[in-house]
Amino acid sequence: MTDLTALTIAAARKGLEAGDFTALELTDAYLDAVDDAATLNAFITPTPEKARQMAKASDARLSRGEAGALEGIPLGIKDLFCTSGVLTTAGSHILDGFTPGYESFITANLWNAGAVLLGKLNMDEFAMGSSNETSYYGNVINPWRRSGDETALVPGGSSGGSAAAVAARLCAAATGTDTGGSIRQPASFTGLVGLKPTYGRCSRWGIVAFASSLDQAGPLTRDVRDAAIMTGVMAGFDPMDSTSINKDVPDYEAALSSDIRGLKVGIPREYRVEGMAGEISQMWQRGADWLKSAGAEIIEVSLPNTHLALPAYYIVAPAEASSNLARYDGVKYGLRAEGEDITSMYENTRAAGFGAEVKRRVMIGTYVLSAGYYDAYYLKAQQVRTLIKNDFDKVFETVDMLLTPTTPNAAFAPGEITDPVTMYLNDVFTVTANLAGLPGISIPAALSGEGLPLGLQLIGKPFDEQTLLRTAGVLEEAAGFDAVPGKWWVEK
Amino acid sequence: MYSENRKTEAKNLLPGATGDWELVIGLEVHAQVISKAKLFSGSPADFGGAPNDHVSFVDAAMPGMLPVINKKCVEQAIRTGLGLKAKINCKSVFDRKNYFYPDLPQGYQISQFKQPIVGEGQVQLDLEDGSSVTIGIERLHLEQDAGKSLHDKADGLSHVDLNRSGVALMEIVSYPDIRSIEEAKAYVSKLRSILRYLGTCDGNMDQGSMRADVNVSVRRPGAPFGTRCEIKNVNSIRFMGQAIAYEAARQIDILEDGGEILQETRLFDPNHGETRSMRSKEEAHDYRYFPDPDLPPLEFEQSWVDEIAATLPELPDEKKARFIKELGLSAYDADVLVSDREAADYYEAVADGVEAKAAANWVINEVFGRMNKMGLSFADIPVPPQANTAILRMVAVSEISGKIAKELFDIIWNEGGDPVKIVDERGLKQVSDTGALEKIIDELIAANPDKAAEVKQKPKMIGWFVGQVMQASKGKANPQMVNQILRKKLI
Repeated sequence: MTDLTALTIAAARKGLEAGDFTALELTDAYLDAVDDAATLNAFITPTPEKARQMAKASDARLSRGEAGALEGIPLGIKDLFCTSGVLTTAGSHILDGFTPGYESFITANLWNAGAVLLGKLNMDEFAMGSSNETSYYGNVINPWRRSGDETALVPGGSSGGSAAAVAARLCAAATGTDTGGSIRQPASFTGLVGLKPTYGRCSRWGIVAFASSLDQAGPLTRDVRDAAIMTGVMAGFDPMDSTSINKDVPDYEAALSSDIRGLKVGIPREYRVEGMAGEISQMWQRGADWLKSAGAEIIEVSLPNTHLALPAYYIVAPAEASSNLARYDGVKYGLRAEGEDITSMYENTRAAGFGAEVKRRVMIGTYVLSAGYYDAYYLKAQQVRTLIKNDFDKVFETVDMLLTPTTPNAAFAPGEITDPVTMYLNDVFTVTANLAGLPGISIPAALSGEGLPLGLQLIGKPFDEQTLLRTAGVLEEAAGFDAVPGKWWVEK
Repeated sequence: MYSENRKTEAKNLLPGATGDWELVIGLEVHAQVISKAKLFSGSPADFGGAPNDHVSFVDAAMPGMLPVINKKCVEQAIRTGLGLKAKINCKSVFDRKNYFYPDLPQGYQISQFKQPIVGEGQVQLDLEDGSSVTIGIERLHLEQDAGKSLHDKADGLSHVDLNRSGVALMEIVSYPDIRSIEEAKAYVSKLRSILRYLGTCDGNMDQGSMRADVNVSVRRPGAPFGTRCEIKNVNSIRFMGQAIAYEAARQIDILEDGGEILQETRLFDPNHGETRSMRSKEEAHDYRYFPDPDLPPLEFEQSWVDEIAATLPELPDEKKARFIKELGLSAYDADVLVSDREAADYYEAVADGVEAKAAANWVINEVFGRMNKMGLSFADIPVPPQANTAILRMVAVSEISGKIAKELFDIIWNEGGDPVKIVDERGLKQVSDTGALEKIIDELIAANPDKAAEVKQKPKMIGWFVGQVMQASKGKANPQMVNQILRKKLI
């Protein structure tokens, strides 16, 4: 029998429909893989019993011919999504023992489509991080290693557990969330496809909030088709999220026609940053060439305010986070560290419950919103955000899409980057899409000289995920990226 | 809208040891919106219920929960703004006001800071001396109420009840145009009356559905504004008067002793009738207001505002003007009748078909007098307006005397029934039969010759005979006719 965990969603769906294997067999294959991969620390809470129950129910529906779009497909869920009756931690000590009595809009959509929950995936605490080193539940290890080198590498972040789990074949696909690059950057570090849809495309209801105006959920998958399948189920209007947009969800899979003739693709010159590795520039150039030979027109464009994006992001996101995380106060749920009075209880709880990076951002956020500093920081950052949006609006008058690298570098080792600002630079190519609310996708395009995956990013017009996916499909085909990490983590 | 330039009438100046002082007051009234559900969640907004009965995941600030605006609350705010003759802002913004408190589960209150839903408006006050002042409204905004902390229970712990968490409040902020305790009281009463007319707040101060924060400062007449103190926890109009009086005296004392007023928040203690420092300006929270990223700006069309405007009831000022102009009522009577929408409605039902002034006198003295004496509300009045109309109509055509009218009202209050039938059945009709009256009078004169003789000297003594006739007729004699006959016979 073939390794069931090697199948994409599309392939597994075919096999299940044909009766080549059952949903339970598929789930069990993944549960075995999860068991073998404790070293990667990708899961915070595996849910094998629930998974097997759900898989049996899927088999029943399959046998009745009532299969949903993701019937029997075993998924991992980033632990930022509230899952009814299943521990939800956001990677933080402060949510100790928190088991929601409700299901997030997106995960509810997935279960309604027949998907199977394998477990909750590790992540940077409250999604704050670019290397999955801030989780209370420990670092996630990238299944990829440099050629001939056993040094552990980070999977990227904050959806690092999601990336590692999909790359190591511990689940067919995973959900992630992307506030400044948290889906696209780890996808790039692990050789996966990661899509951040347009802001408002996927409901935020039931997702633990980091920065409300930037957070957007999306999938991490093995290929573009799987990203289309997952996004089709995750997306949709939700009246419970006031920022959700009431627009029909198109058939994303049907959009994968490979025909991009006449498409105008912009190359933003400001993304050609100083010190970019030669292999990344070369990959970028190759990407442009692939699109050109598929019939697209390549146009150099300018996004003049790009250099302001990262500073603006690191004001807006912490500002919102400082307020969003105020509810973790030890009063209602999660961790409580007792104190003499209410103030010391707050202080003790938050001191014990939050890690260093979360504290840093809560302090930055509190500072930039303070009386006397608001205008200089928060307001200014919002103005910058408008400028960045205007930049995009302007280039989208002449091009349909932008092509950039996803990250300025490949995966690095835990502890290798200790300066927070250097760490924040990992998001330099991805934050702009969040600030402007645009859809972005990362596609594995090359292996670095050290044998690590590198990703290309496409940024599209609002709600034009179809063109984005279609173009991503063209890049995917041209790149022919089929490398997979060796299963070094499985003990023989 | 006067603010700093408004002068205080001499009678309202507060005398100090070193000269007169002007009192300057601004009010922030928090009014609970009448709506079935809370401002951003579907939970019931009802008063009462067991602790934490009316709490959704949103109200408890569970992770990942999001606010969704309740359209009804927006409509109520617009309605209130229209009633305050205020500017309605078709685009407004919800902000987060950040602070930690156990009964504030989100760690922030969703409120409106820079762009409120309602802008400048006004409230007209008619004072007891017949003068009128117009108090400016700075703004009205929508915000969430907090929960309630309950301390010192048997277990020695603090508990939190989130039933009120997320209930919609309107904060109505006045300009510092108010110059006396009387005006402050009149302002709150008038505001309450307008909100109740509009059906946007029940105005029950004892249940906390209307609360006021009072900003008080003093200054030498005509001088720039002094430093103000904000008094919190004022939950009745009477307490507000006490709090202002105490605070004004405290500030004048300090200033006259050469001291300085510190800007601070003070708490009113109704048990001791005094205000106490709660926190200084330095200790004041930095609320770090910023637009709530979970809520896009609140935008609606002017046409919706116009639709709501078309459903506005006649408000107290307009009603009062109509009562004076069209019904010929005195300003005082009109004021009393319009203070409450139910009072005005009751009165208008009574006055339908009888003389307006007589109806006003009757309703104010008999009906409302009795209601107040018994501590009832309008809904509890057992006599329907139409019964009063029937009584007044019989008085008008001299079918019954004023005295019988009151007796009849008494009967209906206690037993109910149709006034016309009761008059018939119990023989309460006024005696206007000259023969019958003359017979009674003749008998009285015969029995009291000395008194009859006295009347010739002192015509005022005739009243004694009138009284006797009324008594003998059990109040049914027509008093005008009795007077006429007595004068003819005795003078």
